[in-house]
Amino acid sequence: MSITITGTGSSLPPLSVTNHDLSDILDTSHEWIESRTGIESRHICEHGLTQTAAEAGANALKNAGRAADELDYILCATMSADYVTPALACLVQQELGASCPALDINAACSGFIYGLDMARALITSGRAKRILLIAAESMSRTVDWTKREVSVLFGDGAGAVVVEEGDDLLALRVGAVGRAEPLYMRRQASNCPYGSAETDDEDGYLHMDGREIYRFAVGAMVKDILSVLDDAGISPDQVDYVLPHQANLRILEAAAKKLPIAPEKFLNNMRHTGNTSAASIPILLDEACRAGTIRAGQILVMSAFGAGLTTGACIIKWSKD
Amino acid sequence: MVKEKVIAILAEYKDCDAEDIDAAQSFEELKLDSLDTVEIVMNLEEAFDIELKITEDLKTVQDVIDAIEKLV
Repeated sequence: MSITITGTGSSLPPLSVTNHDLSDILDTSHEWIESRTGIESRHICEHGLTQTAAEAGANALKNAGRAADELDYILCATMSADYVTPALACLVQQELGASCPALDINAACSGFIYGLDMARALITSGRAKRILLIAAESMSRTVDWTKREVSVLFGDGAGAVVVEEGDDLLALRVGAVGRAEPLYMRRQASNCPYGSAETDDEDGYLHMDGREIYRFAVGAMVKDILSVLDDAGISPDQVDYVLPHQANLRILEAAAKKLPIAPEKFLNNMRHTGNTSAASIPILLDEACRAGTIRAGQILVMSAFGAGLTTGACIIKWSKD
Repeated sequence: MVKEKVIAILAEYKDCDAEDIDAAQSFEELKLDSLDTVEIVMNLEEAFDIELKITEDLKTVQDVIDAIEKLV
């Protein structure tokens, strides 16, 4: 027994900010951003993340034909929720009117794949029958808006799936290589008089070594995708679509070039979302389902990488019409 | 030897003739941005079976050739 995804949903906050809008406030241009990232615009939460996350969750429940009181667990993958505590999952539980246990997991941009791993463990152990997994991020609050290198890359949004018993998840791998310096965000210095001095000069923004992450990401995607294909006994030509973490179009193109899978099978939507961290794969999944691109019987590959450094990949035989 | 191989890999990446690449040229002059540089370094690492450190010092094709010659 494994798991199946019985419903998908997503929500993007209404405000869409284009590269041209950004060139008004930063020393950058549409051409610079588009040629290096494939991003043209991104959505930004003006009123916090909780509502967006709850909307994505409600849409997934509706799509699955399930009610909030049928849920056994709510998992939220996030690193940028409105509150440090309580967990975003608890606030979503309140919004949806559910009464099940709820908690957040933080695996940065790999959070959705880690969430599927947790959901599978809860379901196959008999602990839960029905789980709402939401990946939601308001990355706009993590970046330094005076620095063009990082702020232009990210966007906000949420994607969700309802996970139940089934046989659709054919293989899943997650991994971590504990290293902070290529991609990290520290807490802002506290006023604790006994606090460690090493955090005092930190600004509390997201920091990224773009070239280092680019190299890590391309290598990890290629290795992880080949590994899960092997685990599932699926050959590359059987793959219908790859849903990669939407970090940067150039990373996807570089990985696609190194994999025996046709580049046109790599779906992308970062053109209008930017990098929404953990939320990127479930938003892409929901959009591709609603567009009719993804249909029952197809073999889907998902692959993500992020701070940690974490990675995750899985193979799903899609069964939902 | 290293020089010819580096230029061949660059030419393949840029989809141009090897004769159009001069080792004295910078990546910027070759119209290659920082992400292109990373990808080319990855291709070179695979071709030479080495690990290269990506630094700001790798500005020209010759800088890369020198870095590789120290490792092979």
